Amino acid sequence: MSSRSVIPFGPQHPVLPEPIHLDLVLEDEKVVEAVPSIGFVHRGLESLVTKKDFKEMVYVAERICGICSFGHGFGYCDAVEHIMDIEVTERANYLRTILFEMSRMHSHILWLGLMADAFGFESLFMDTWRIREKVLDMLEAATGGRVIFSILDVGGLRRDIPDDMLKSFLPVLDEIEKELAIDVKAFLNDSAVKSRLCGVGFLSAEQVEKLGCCGPFLRGSGVKRDSRKLGYAAYDDIDFEIITSDDCDTYGRTFVRAQEILQSISIIRQAIEKVPAGEVMVPVKGFPKGEHMTRIEQPRGEACYYVKANGTKFLERMRVRTPTFANIPALTETLQGCSLSDVPILVVAIDPCISCTER
Amino acid sequence: MEQEFRRVSRRTILSEVQSLEEEHYRLIQICATTVEDGYEILYTFGKGYDEVQVKIHTDEGEHVQSISRLFPPAWLYENEIHDLHGIAIDGITLDFRGGLYRTKEKAPFAHKEEKEGK
Repeated sequence: MSSRSVIPFGPQHPVLPEPIHLDLVLEDEKVVEAVPSIGFVHRGLESLVTKKDFKEMVYVAERICGICSFGHGFGYCDAVEHIMDIEVTERANYLRTILFEMSRMHSHILWLGLMADAFGFESLFMDTWRIREKVLDMLEAATGGRVIFSILDVGGLRRDIPDDMLKSFLPVLDEIEKELAIDVKAFLNDSAVKSRLCGVGFLSAEQVEKLGCCGPFLRGSGVKRDSRKLGYAAYDDIDFEIITSDDCDTYGRTFVRAQEILQSISIIRQAIEKVPAGEVMVPVKGFPKGEHMTRIEQPRGEACYYVKANGTKFLERMRVRTPTFANIPALTETLQGCSLSDVPILVVAIDPCISCTER
Repeated sequence: MEQEFRRVSRRTILSEVQSLEEEHYRLIQICATTVEDGYEILYTFGKGYDEVQVKIHTDEGEHVQSISRLFPPAWLYENEIHDLHGIAIDGITLDFRGGLYRTKEKAPFAHKEEKEGK
């Protein structure tokens, strides 16, 4: 019988700059158990609701993470808008959808690059990140920020995005689509890539449901659920199919994310075509009173925003359940039985965002 | 449409969630809120796109039953609630005993008096 040993993995990851620690129990090169530790950089941002008023909290929510920044601001605003019965204008809803999908694109492209780096495909890593810059340039032109936009507010958007600017994004999207198709082909068809992804980290549809997974991790095991179908912002008016894979492994998760980038391009095109004229902000009067739970589809999966307000300018509670947090129990499950050399890939495969988790 | 937050007793939480588990609901999240006279714990369950919110109230120092035997991912949320709010949760399947979060201040979201008493 082989002897067991425990080795620490992290908090420094070979690819990720964010801290997550795992105690890996090994039998030779095989992982038999993985115990996670988080909380190295927990910031307690949720507790700021007692010090910042509900409008200032939009800025705090956006700063939970630099990659999912827009989604966090959106989820928070949506919860407060529900409590205050605020109906956001149609134009604001369309612009929010466009910015949300651009955020999804840059997040997924960033992840493709990290994944390529994790399995040692440096040129693919560099090329995906080169393409990502084009998305960031569009976001910068539209909002003034590359990752933190500060364009969201309770009641809509702080400023409009001119129609001619929206139209100018269309040829850039064509270019990104064309260039990305080459990289996606490498990710999905290259034999070296497939050898590192196929069959690694298998979780059946039943397992991912039981373990509370969300996002591409869930859809990569064939479960057809995407919170955008709840119909917030302008998603009800947009035609899109939920992308899934029946591979149930790391390859399936990669497939879903890669296809979702191309789908985001299609969603943005539709939104630009349909965006109506009008105001982007409605006046907000008084203070919120009540509670609401909003669920939205962040790039990494479903995120939940619970807001409880007591009628003063300070909220009682803001709780953010991030997708990475929800995917940690499943991560520990996928690590059981894997080879030690696959651990960095399996950790990256959930697209972990530790800044979100350490909100 | 206003959301419904169903209030149940702390003592009956296990039987409440048992029936949700039998109806094939999944756990979406658990979170705690510090309120004037203790804490509220909110459980969110989902089935397809539908959701059910179940809320319990607990006084300071009271123990709450873990639901991690019925909903496996609950261990992570329950450890988080223990570490941030200082609420004692019994029977967590993977209990970190206060070691999940490495915060400078123990139970930073707990009632001030409770923290001082520790």
